Amino acid sequence: MSGVLGVDIWRGTEQGAFQAFAIPRRTHQTVLDVVTEIQREHDATLSYRFACRVGMCGSCAMVVNGRPRWTCRTRVTEVVEDGGRLRLEPLRNFAVVKDLAVEMTQFFDKWKEAHGYFEPGAAPERDFAVVPPESTERQLADAGIECIGCGVCYSACDVVAWDEDYLGPAALNRAWTLVNDVRDRGQPTRLDAVSGSDGCQACHTHMSCTTFCPKAIAPTYAIAGLKRAMVKRSLRGAR
Amino acid sequence: MMRASHRQRGFAAAMLHRLSGIALSIFLPLHFLALATALDGAKALDSFLSVTRQPVVEILEFGIVVALALHMTLGLRVLAVEFFDFRERTLAALSVCLAAVLAVGVIFALNLG
Amino acid sequence: MPALFLAQRATAFVLACAVPVHLATILYAVRGGLTAAEILARTHGNIGLALFYGLFVIAVAIHAPIGLRNVLREWTAWRGRSLDVALAVFSLLLLVLGLRAVFAVYST
Repeated sequence: MSGVLGVDIWRGTEQGAFQAFAIPRRTHQTVLDVVTEIQREHDATLSYRFACRVGMCGSCAMVVNGRPRWTCRTRVTEVVEDGGRLRLEPLRNFAVVKDLAVEMTQFFDKWKEAHGYFEPGAAPERDFAVVPPESTERQLADAGIECIGCGVCYSACDVVAWDEDYLGPAALNRAWTLVNDVRDRGQPTRLDAVSGSDGCQACHTHMSCTTFCPKAIAPTYAIAGLKRAMVKRSLRGAR
Repeated sequence: MMRASHRQRGFAAAMLHRLSGIALSIFLPLHFLALATALDGAKALDSFLSVTRQPVVEILEFGIVVALALHMTLGLRVLAVEFFDFRERTLAALSVCLAAVLAVGVIFALNLG
Repeated sequence: MPALFLAQRATAFVLACAVPVHLATILYAVRGGLTAAEILARTHGNIGLALFYGLFVIAVAIHAPIGLRNVLREWTAWRGRSLDVALAVFSLLLLVLGLRAVFAVYST
């Protein structure tokens, strides 16, 4: 494969500019290959993140030609036509640390706010819990359990862009997996946490999260589940 | 260049839903005021209705009827996902919504003309 | 308790029933043009219709301002008490004007 690939990369923080590079096009080149080549051969001051480079950790997520995705799992040929350019930006809706690296703290803080953690209760069982994999709750939890916190859904979400207090699809999806964890003893406080004005109510079913999730998780349906749980509890409470 | 999340069908559906809702909110007080002219007698309502027979107004009426049909069908989509665990294949769902809205619009236009 | 969310979704279900009825009525009524006499002939003294539209107005007066509240909070910098008060006023406006209109066509 021959030819030159034009690449525009965001440099700076929220303030900054795109910097243009030109590198050789290679067969099977991934976007991560491109960024790595640029940082090693052309501009050592470029900052970006990656770790496993095989689509397991989610560290390399960034906005590629307008779409949030994992760069290690994105072939250049998938996103750039002949003669097209590659445009790389940091994930939207995150504060920018530098260039392509974003500040993940608020994202994970919202997981905590949504009670996206297991609560064993005051007197946990001493023996293993028996949870049949085919049970309804386990199926619902399993549908969302593979989330690795890459931030792509959070980046894609319009409500996060409009309301910076919105807990976001990842935190709410995690909360839903725990709502369906029959061993968990923290359900009332968790439902409280996700039922506020910045919780599941704020989702407007745009489904950008579901469209872009690299693990084919559907946070939209998890959030819908939380809405139903919230309504059921309100109706029960009112009676 | 339009943001990628804005080129998704779910976003288009949400925007049509939102904008039609805003349009209806603006229209409704006017609609109520118009109907209440009947308080001054049938003639008052009639003279108002004759104003509405102008083409510009009829186009706006068509717009409002379409807005109502649109807002309802897209709202039903949201209710289906939220309360009936509808796993939507967005294109199919949207097509059904838009087809229903179009039907309403056409019938209205035919009946009006 | 997520009262606003519940109220908006509940009225949405009510409107999901009322709106098709209203649309069908409108599509039927505008055939060959609309006159006051035609409208009033059907609505005058019609308690069933008055109750239907009365409930319709109440549902809308709850449903619309809550939706607008989301739009304004997300698309403008306006939030907090003053927004809630403004929308409560709008709700009251819809309620009063709407019930007045229902009364108008019932009594004329």
